[in-house]
Amino acid sequence: MPEIKIRTKNFNFFYGNFKALSNINIEIEANKVTALIGPSGCGKSTFLRSLNRMNDLIPGTRVEGLVELDGENIYDKSIDVVDLRRRVGMVFQKSNPFPKSIFDNVAYGLRIQGFKDKAFIARRVEESLIQAALWDEVKDRLHESAFAISGGQQQRLCIARALVVNPEVLLMDEPASALDPIATQKIEELLFELKKKYTIVIVTHNMQQAARISDWTGFFYLGELIEFGPTEQIFTNPKNKKTEEYITGRFG
Amino acid sequence: MTRARRKVQEWIGFASLYFAVLIVVSILGFILYDIIARGYKVISWEFLTQAPRRGMTEGGIWPAIVGTFWVSVVTVFFSVPIGMFSAIYLVEYAEQGRLVRFIRLAIRNLSGVPSIVYGLFGFALFTLTLNLGLSVLSSGLTLALLTLPCTITASEEALKTVPMSYREGALALGATKWQAIRTNVLPYALPGMLTGTILSLARAAGETAPLLFTGVAFFLPSIPKFPHLLFEQYMALPYHLFIMSTQHHEIVKVRPLAYGTAFVLILLVVLMNGTAIWIRYRFRRKYKRG
Repeated sequence: MPEIKIRTKNFNFFYGNFKALSNINIEIEANKVTALIGPSGCGKSTFLRSLNRMNDLIPGTRVEGLVELDGENIYDKSIDVVDLRRRVGMVFQKSNPFPKSIFDNVAYGLRIQGFKDKAFIARRVEESLIQAALWDEVKDRLHESAFAISGGQQQRLCIARALVVNPEVLLMDEPASALDPIATQKIEELLFELKKKYTIVIVTHNMQQAARISDWTGFFYLGELIEFGPTEQIFTNPKNKKTEEYITGRFG
Repeated sequence: MTRARRKVQEWIGFASLYFAVLIVVSILGFILYDIIARGYKVISWEFLTQAPRRGMTEGGIWPAIVGTFWVSVVTVFFSVPIGMFSAIYLVEYAEQGRLVRFIRLAIRNLSGVPSIVYGLFGFALFTLTLNLGLSVLSSGLTLALLTLPCTITASEEALKTVPMSYREGALALGATKWQAIRTNVLPYALPGMLTGTILSLARAAGETAPLLFTGVAFFLPSIPKFPHLLFEQYMALPYHLFIMSTQHHEIVKVRPLAYGTAFVLILLVVLMNGTAIWIRYRFRRKYKRG
């Protein structure tokens, strides 16, 4: 029996009166890569941002139904959203390093938790940069500005920054959409390593990417989860006609 | 349209823009030249460090410098924190709805209220109601009110220039809202906030009307010690300039002293604006984005 990390039940999401997600039921397996695909505006990013409650920041949003992390509803009143976001990390579409040094960027998540021990912080920063496959490239320039490195490196820096707080789940919102093919390949290789330790949910526009990197794939269309299954099945033998049309490039 | 006509049109457009700038610059240039040329002669160590003597026909402007300094200190002390905190609340915390829009509108309108009205209000509130009397404190608080709209607006603009992604990035890492603001928004907004604040203070330093009602004195032979002086009347540069140029019984004789006072006042404002520019320049280099 595979371990289910995140499970949603009849999940609806509203921007004001607009229903952006409708009746989403999904089971996300631990230590696997789950890809969410679908045309622009289909709700896949909204869904991703519901999993660590980043949508709370947008005024006028509302949810119905359940999102369970290890069986616990993350929208329950007893949940501390700060604690939730430490367990469910996020990498954004546009790499967003802070205007600090490379080291301080990665150390940020530890420092806000109140860690002061310099040796500990330095060790965790190194570990995270190694995990993000960036250490060798930046180890001699840790105290340079994070803006001094390339776009692909910046995105891996953001991954390292998310890893430093030891999250259980890593949400990635089109992490490679602004990167060149080589940088993209690096990120994809990285995902194979990272899923040994983390549960990964990734939104992508690139279907080849979804096919290459994910174990499970969910196809979103007009706010609904049209089809969800093992990646191989979705891409070779989709059950739904819409899914087939999308992955064969007939729309999207 | 022919090529020649287009060229003429472009030339007219460019010339009128150039002319507008020319007018502004030459007015400023003329004022500065007039004051500096006539004012610098009376500037001396004695002029800057001594009190006026012989019915203000001799001596210096030291008490006015001290008065303006302390009024400005009181203004900064109240205007900067209140202005910055208000801006942080309005931009970061308040739900952006009808109420906040109304508050913003009120703040924008306040910056258009004539300074003499602030003077009357300060007189009624601080001098009379709060019983602070005619004092540095009353004047400083009145000027703080006067500068608040500018301080708040400038601080709001500075906060809005910090990219949303800095806030989101911090929150996604499990920062609390205040942590995200304190560590990832304020450091980058601070230069802009300070610049706007100093610019509004530089304007306040030259205000005369609000002081008239709240404690400025025609002439004081001696300066009380701090903190006692906060509760006493004082002399101030802009008001001193006003009486030297219009109220004195020997206007022609004291004219050079009036120019000297104007020179010092302008120097003070230039100094404050210079500081603002310097701060902005320094922080821009420090946090230059890639």
